[in-house]
Amino acid sequence: MNRHFLGDTAVLLGRSLRHITRSPDTIITTAIMPIAFMLLFVYVFGGAIETGSDSYVNYLLPGILLITIASGISYTAYRLFLDMQGGIFERFQSMPIARSAVLWAHVLTSLVANLTSLVVVVGVALLMGFRTGAGVLGWLAVVGILVLFTLALTWIAVIPGLTAKSVDGASAFSYPLIFLPFISSAFVPTESMPGPVRAFAEHQPVTSIVNAIRDLFTRQPVGTDIWTALAWCAGILVVAYMFANISYRRRIS
Amino acid sequence: MTLRQPSMLAVMSIPPTTDQVEQPAIHVQGLEKSFKHLKVLRGVDLEVARGSIFALLGSNGAGKTTVVKILSTLLKADTGAARVNGFDVATQAADVRESISLTGQFAAVDEILSGRENLVLVARLRHLKDPGAIADDLLRRFSLTEAGTRRVATYSGGMRRRLDIAMSLIGNPPVIFLDEPTTGLDPEARIEVWQAVKELAEGGTTVLLTTQYLDEAEQLADRIAILHEGRIIVNGTLNELKQLLPAPEVEYVEKQPTLEDVFLTLVGARTDKEQR
Repeated sequence: MNRHFLGDTAVLLGRSLRHITRSPDTIITTAIMPIAFMLLFVYVFGGAIETGSDSYVNYLLPGILLITIASGISYTAYRLFLDMQGGIFERFQSMPIARSAVLWAHVLTSLVANLTSLVVVVGVALLMGFRTGAGVLGWLAVVGILVLFTLALTWIAVIPGLTAKSVDGASAFSYPLIFLPFISSAFVPTESMPGPVRAFAEHQPVTSIVNAIRDLFTRQPVGTDIWTALAWCAGILVVAYMFANISYRRRIS
Repeated sequence: MTLRQPSMLAVMSIPPTTDQVEQPAIHVQGLEKSFKHLKVLRGVDLEVARGSIFALLGSNGAGKTTVVKILSTLLKADTGAARVNGFDVATQAADVRESISLTGQFAAVDEILSGRENLVLVARLRHLKDPGAIADDLLRRFSLTEAGTRRVATYSGGMRRRLDIAMSLIGNPPVIFLDEPTTGLDPEARIEVWQAVKELAEGGTTVLLTTQYLDEAEQLADRIAILHEGRIIVNGTLNELKQLLPAPEVEYVEKQPTLEDVFLTLVGARTDKEQR
């Protein structure tokens, strides 16, 4: 069956992308919350936050990008859940197609949709005065990290998409993910936090990813942060992929 | 709808091997399936001849859908054997999927896509050449050409079901499963679906349909099996089934029109016979 994997994935990807182009509001709503956070933090709280950075929007953007992805992936769970609810999922499963193509199409759709939302958010950040000295390689590295982070989180989203009992359940899982950047170096330096909170903040994935992206944007040497960030992303990706496939196999047999 | 017209789809069907022609299209023996502690199927045996319409009749919860899901490789049986188009559903699932089409209980259509896009999608997933022409052909046969470019979300229940069945015909699979194809449809739409099913069988396709409507089984099926509490309790032609009861005494009763006759006359739908 695998000889059809690429073709079937492409056909199903085309289908999901059409869903998105017919309701582009999913891209907009994904971008609205992070943009609102960005406006709020830069123009309301930003003046009182001491980051040691010359411009707060430069400091803030990496964390905002992660929040964008965390809110965007809930649509994957939502769309997958709707496919399961309607008969279309069973139709696909009873057809001679590569079975994993059904999941990969949703995952790649999430990648395209999230990258589009990220472009919108970066555009708004530029209007708000975000500037970077990063060259082509720096940007490529940033995009690479964001792609890996999106894939990791999307595979997490596949699990509730396959197992949830209701639409609300399918998308509620993303709230803690959206919240995670608040307890990290995304908004304020971790040095300002009390002991236990600081310990948590410095050892959770968001901080290393935010630091790596921030260093790439400001052309600082990235140090060990980028390796910690990549290790987190790859680790989450592998574990989520495994559990998603276990849920999938349970669902189709 | 003129399903008997020779169509380009016929060229793309899977020719059964001589070996398969000898065998029944569907052969089921000793099928058992439990969900947790609930025994849904307690040993189902049935056989469906090629090109026939077989109705699996039963009330809600009798296990009809479970049988269909096992035969279409969506579920695995606990014990028992089932062959579809000569292929074992457990060990040759991929070959079974090449041979079948499933129209589930709820119209398996993509609401956001147009009718035509739904058909093209399935034709692509069945790896057929010229999906656009296949889609246009089916739209015509199922009187959906005008609605073809509209989103399915705007379709009526009957149109959705027709599209659903049209999607199942793509690639001319030799065996088609219809799980409660007319549940929730109005009388006119039901007759349209019946017509489509009859024409399918005349074209040589084997149809296994489940239903809880007795008249549907009576109208369509060559053979009828009644599934009750996980077992087939009778299996035969309509006449054979009727003979199970004592011969009727002759009584003279004024022929009253049924409510369905009245409804169809008033709304001006052509009945089944007049269409022929």
